[in-house]
Amino acid sequence: MVRPPLISLRGVTKTFGEGPAAFQALKGVDLDVEQGDFVAVMGPSGSGKSTTMNILGCLDVPTSGAFTFHGVHVEQLDRDQRALLRRKYLGFVFQGFNLLARTTALENVELPLLYRGESKSARHEAALEALDQVGLKDWWDHTPAELSGGQQQRVAIARAIVTRPDVLLADEPTGNLDTERSIEIMQLLTDLNRKSGITILMVTHEQEMAAFARTVIHFRDGLVEQHIRNGLPHGSEPAPC
Amino acid sequence: MLGTTIVLAIREIRRHILRSFLTILGIVIGVSAVVTMVTLGNGATAAVQEQISSLGANILQIRPGQGFGRGGGGPRPPDFKMADVNAIAQQIAGVKAVAPQVQSSTIAVRNAANWSTTVNGTTSAYFAAQQWELTAGRIFNAAEEQAGKSVCIIGNTVRTNLFSRDDPVGERFRINDFSCEVIGVLSARGQGGFGNDQDDVVIAPIKLAQRRLEGNQDVESITVAVDDHFETSAVQSSIEKLLRERRHISGGKQDDFNIFDTKQISDTLQGTTQILTALLGAVAAVSLLVGGIGIMNIMLVSVTERTREIGIRLAIGAVAREVLLQFLVEAVVLACLGGLLGILIALVASIVVAPIIQVPFAFDWQINLLAFVFSAAIGVIFGFFPAQRAASLNPIDALRHE
Repeated sequence: MVRPPLISLRGVTKTFGEGPAAFQALKGVDLDVEQGDFVAVMGPSGSGKSTTMNILGCLDVPTSGAFTFHGVHVEQLDRDQRALLRRKYLGFVFQGFNLLARTTALENVELPLLYRGESKSARHEAALEALDQVGLKDWWDHTPAELSGGQQQRVAIARAIVTRPDVLLADEPTGNLDTERSIEIMQLLTDLNRKSGITILMVTHEQEMAAFARTVIHFRDGLVEQHIRNGLPHGSEPAPC
Repeated sequence: MLGTTIVLAIREIRRHILRSFLTILGIVIGVSAVVTMVTLGNGATAAVQEQISSLGANILQIRPGQGFGRGGGGPRPPDFKMADVNAIAQQIAGVKAVAPQVQSSTIAVRNAANWSTTVNGTTSAYFAAQQWELTAGRIFNAAEEQAGKSVCIIGNTVRTNLFSRDDPVGERFRINDFSCEVIGVLSARGQGGFGNDQDDVVIAPIKLAQRRLEGNQDVESITVAVDDHFETSAVQSSIEKLLRERRHISGGKQDDFNIFDTKQISDTLQGTTQILTALLGAVAAVSLLVGGIGIMNIMLVSVTERTREIGIRLAIGAVAREVLLQFLVEAVVLACLGGLLGILIALVASIVVAPIIQVPFAFDWQINLLAFVFSAAIGVIFGFFPAQRAASLNPIDALRHE
């Protein structure tokens, strides 16, 4: 039995603005992501990769076309329904870490659980476990200002995985880090992908980081230009239906 | 969820402790000012009401002239005569007791002690009208009253000053150039409605006072006690009619006497209190409005400042309602803290100030509760707009916000 893809985009377009000032960021993107995949999204700025990530992260909706996630047509959901979808299935890691300032690592990691209405002890336990997974259990009571960039990003990853999401969306997670820290973060993400089976979608500029991924997608001018799987161009192996 | 939100709000307020304090300062000042004023005002009103009720209920005071004084300019209106007093007693329905009065300031002397006091010449009806009891001795009888005998009843203050601890009944003392026998002592009444000492008085038969002190047959004022079953105002107007007739005041002319109802003082006072309360309410409304605007201001700044945080919260799955609630709860918690602090300050201020301005401290839980509820309401009203703004942010833009 062939499973349908976890994520599927069909003919997705996105237009910003109206009239003569309108700008079409996506011009009909078709894309499938299998459960458990590790996808690197590449492309020059303005190629539509960020817009695609926003749509995949259920933060934005396509102007036209279909986006199904777990078989649900996300383009038909309203704002709050998409928020609930994010709460349940998605985790986010940003380039700028985006931790709450003057808030301990533990409280930062607990944040998503707060919106799930979990008890204090359950939150505590799950957050400590997530911090342990990223190797920062002993740093739980440090605020972002007291952590290095690499550590902050690991706290952010702990926050993203504390709810055990299906998909982790990472927007240039190594963009603000030196090479050594970047490789540590990539190894952590690879580990999470392999051991916990989390599907990872990652935007990156660096070929070196993209090399960690199983699938690499290149965007250009609002379209998917290249879809490479395991080092092979997409389509040179039997396409999953 | 609400519990968690409140915890988060308190955490956020603690994070900006100075700013939070300055934010709520408007509400603190408004609430503390209003609660203090109302608390002290209530104490003062209670004290004055008590003094007024000590004047006696259902009592009419009749004096020549208009208003309190005998009026400036023009000829002085004539005093009353005993015939007027008898006419009121006989012709007006609903009159329980009618007491004529003449008053003069004198010096009372006994041995080495002398005391400057007021002699109040009246009849035995005065004690009934004022419902004034004696602690010792008796009031004068009809014969003494008719003859104007040298007997008197002294107030408590006079007793202490002239007789200290001696039993004064049966003793004599001098008033001006005549000697007078004490036949009774009045019970202590304390301070009167105008801050005067009601116990600093010597009551003597009116004939005695007229003959020895006044040198005429006039009656300076008349105290009328109205029967409880009659309307004071009705009795007042019939007395007015009678006196106009007796004093030959024709149609269009003004009365040359006034009838003063003790109830009028308390009515006037109540009116004043109501105006004061309304003014206080207006001050409270303005200060709380200003306080509310302060909260709205800071909450808007806070929303802008925390745009990224809002973006993060939205990204990890907070629905608009939860973000709205978070900011609303923060505003309400701030406002409630302001209210509580204001109430606390008011409590301390009232306790400290009350004895200084000689007003009893009366804790009024109603005004405290009202002030608190009002503060919370201010938080809801002025917190809603910023919260609404936070909740309507687009997560993508919010995350990109620098």
